[in-house]
Amino acid sequence: MSVAKIHTEEAIYVYGPWIRIWHWTQAFAILVLGVTGYLIGAPPESVSSGEASDHFQMGYIRYFHFCAAYILIIGFVVRIWRAIVGNRHNREIFLPPVWRTSFWSEVWHEIKWYALVIPEPKKYVGHNPLALLAMHIMYVWTTIFMIITGLSLYGEGTGMGTWQHTFFTSWVNPLFGQSQDVHTWHHLGMWMLICFVITHVYVAVREDIMSRQSIISSMISGWRTFKDNRSN
Amino acid sequence: MHETFYDVMRRQGITRRSFLKYCSLAAAALGLGPEFAPKIAHAMETKPRIPVLWLHGLECTCCSESFIRSAHPLAKDVILSMISLDYDDTIMAAAGHQAEAIIEETIEKYDGNFILAVEGNAPLNEDGMYCIIGGKPFVEQLTHAAKHAKAIISWGSCASWGCVQAARPNPTRATPTHKVPGIGNKPIIKVPGCPPISEVMTAVITYMLTFEKMPSLDRQGRPKMFYSQRIHDKCYRRPHFDAGQFVEKFDDEGAKKGYCLYKVGCKGPTTYNACSTVRWSGGLSFPIQAGHPCIGCSEDGFWDKGSFYDRLTDIHGFGVEADADEIGTTAAVIVGGAAAIHAGASAVKRATQQGDQE
Repeated sequence: MSVAKIHTEEAIYVYGPWIRIWHWTQAFAILVLGVTGYLIGAPPESVSSGEASDHFQMGYIRYFHFCAAYILIIGFVVRIWRAIVGNRHNREIFLPPVWRTSFWSEVWHEIKWYALVIPEPKKYVGHNPLALLAMHIMYVWTTIFMIITGLSLYGEGTGMGTWQHTFFTSWVNPLFGQSQDVHTWHHLGMWMLICFVITHVYVAVREDIMSRQSIISSMISGWRTFKDNRSN
Repeated sequence: MHETFYDVMRRQGITRRSFLKYCSLAAAALGLGPEFAPKIAHAMETKPRIPVLWLHGLECTCCSESFIRSAHPLAKDVILSMISLDYDDTIMAAAGHQAEAIIEETIEKYDGNFILAVEGNAPLNEDGMYCIIGGKPFVEQLTHAAKHAKAIISWGSCASWGCVQAARPNPTRATPTHKVPGIGNKPIIKVPGCPPISEVMTAVITYMLTFEKMPSLDRQGRPKMFYSQRIHDKCYRRPHFDAGQFVEKFDDEGAKKGYCLYKVGCKGPTTYNACSTVRWSGGLSFPIQAGHPCIGCSEDGFWDKGSFYDRLTDIHGFGVEADADEIGTTAAVIVGGAAAIHAGASAVKRATQQGDQE
């Protein structure tokens, strides 16, 4: 009969309230944007009854898409503000230290951990280096890309003379060729984010179970706890 | 002294009453207030007419066909009689050497002071041998005339973007006007469409003759007054789009009720043109009103975006032709599958490790 051993866990407060609020509003916004965005591209079965004025189905789908988009944009702006004024963990997904050789050797270490070659990963207060790279490329740049192409598409509706058209549509459309190409790339961006979300959720659950530190609860409470007291 | 527009019109047997009617309609077509009708009339009575050379490269003449159908009969009579006086090889009376000589004559007489209208485009491969006009490659005629022109109008999608002859793989290297080497930095107005709307064509010319300047252009060089909004923005079926009432396939109940054509591939939401406001054939109809989705003929490279009946572009370079959603679904399935397999492997690994520890 085994007896449960009591162990103490070291804890570090790493994610401030702004970061946590930002994380969950982004998660919500991306969910809404993904669903409504897909439906804008492939609308549901035609509403076959009544006058056009009786319904507003596409109108609501687009309305929620635009609302969620503005929430995402404002959240992203807040996040950049936190990166500037916050602690170094607020900055790391924007500026991965790719110039350091130690960074790349730790990336390799993480890859070996995910390839099930080595028995345990290192401990990190913030992101591990591989997660940092994935965040930087798949999340940060894709989101910037989606904000720019999204505002460009939105500016087509608001029309010439509006800030969306002046600052985005007027140069994004010629850059991609034409509006249809911007739509296509905006679609591809959505699928990039879907792939990111799948990876992110899977890895967060896996790390929470298998790594030496807390993951999911950290983004709720802000505290990072470590399951062992050994050094790296 | 050069003839004025008014002189030419009177010579053609047009009454003053009809002339004034035309001026009012031209003002309305340009979106100007009623006080502009006398200004247009005054301009046409006093200004010497600006000669137009209308060159034809690789094209199908649909721009000319559209142009001569300009709804108001006077627009057709007036503008056509004016510009045909100079050079337009498909509809001018002269032919052969006499016709070609007119180009040189106009260039000499009105150097830097005539408008060059280009219909179609120049193929650049094999030194332009794929399009020969009067025994010489069209590209030579084009660059020669362009050098002396005041401004250039690129009629239609051919001259503006390249159109079907420039579609992949573009064997003759058909090249739109603004990309032809030797055109220099002459001001170019693009009037895309396959063909452009006749009233848009006559209005662009009328605007330039009346105000002696280019109409206000967007970043891609199209007149803002006709190309600043999408078909979708002013489509009379837009309420059905917002309601979610779609034609699912041709000849279904939705098609009979005139629902939105978005799901059968309408390119209205990505096409900048005036079809849903100006319409065609004297305001009679336009493709969507006739029950067919917009194919986006005034947009750059519309031949190379996959089927006319799909809203998503085919993306080349993946070995097979696929659209964004097909590529995305495949990627998501691969990532999801990889995560599942990895989760399984991780679980097995962990189970064996814990077994070791015990």
